[in-house]
Amino acid sequence: MMDKITIDNNVRRLRFNNGEMTQQQLAEQVGVTRQTIVAIEQGKYTPSLELAFRLAVVFNVPLEEVFFLRPPP
Amino acid sequence: MSFQERRALVSLGSSIVINAVYLAYMLPRQPAGDPYAPEVFRFWGEFFLILILVSIIIEIAVTILFSILNTIAMREAVPTITDERDRLIELKASRIGFYAFTIGFLLAMIALAMGMTPSTMFIIMMIGGVASQVVDHFSAFWFYRRGV
Repeated sequence: MMDKITIDNNVRRLRFNNGEMTQQQLAEQVGVTRQTIVAIEQGKYTPSLELAFRLAVVFNVPLEEVFFLRPPP
Repeated sequence: MSFQERRALVSLGSSIVINAVYLAYMLPRQPAGDPYAPEVFRFWGEFFLILILVSIIIEIAVTILFSILNTIAMREAVPTITDERDRLIELKASRIGFYAFTIGFLLAMIALAMGMTPSTMFIIMMIGGVASQVVDHFSAFWFYRRGV
């Protein structure tokens, strides 16, 4: 059986690096609710591949800079 | 607590209240006498049709009222879109609710097979329907709260 992988993200950091963009502004740019951005930042929701790419496009960085595998403990 | 969590709790509460009040109002009006008389089946047919209609109307009214009160109390705009996370949670919650309804339906059929009256079967089916709504709304609340 395959081990469970944990996907982490840098969305919060990237928001602040992009002129302290608010969660609402980011949500509007990628077409989701603010609550979904909150859930992604808190690690409570792993977005679809499409939304992940949308986030990377907004931040103008490669996908792996937004989402990455958390190393196993 | 987010808007979606509050909405799930309000839906949970309203479906419990609507069904409980309706059941308490309608059950004493069951036709007396022969439990297999055509009036019994007519009664239950009307029972479910009216329940569906009343539930839809009240649910819409509660949703509108909740959105207005939420905007006033929390001073935040109600989300106007349903995004992929909302749809995923709705799908998962509906699936769990469907399991609950299936169990209720099976119990109703078992009651019928064991020779219980049609009214008993319909009551079990109604309770299964309520349980399915409760499980559906609670699951949605749970997924919004704990993540999905």
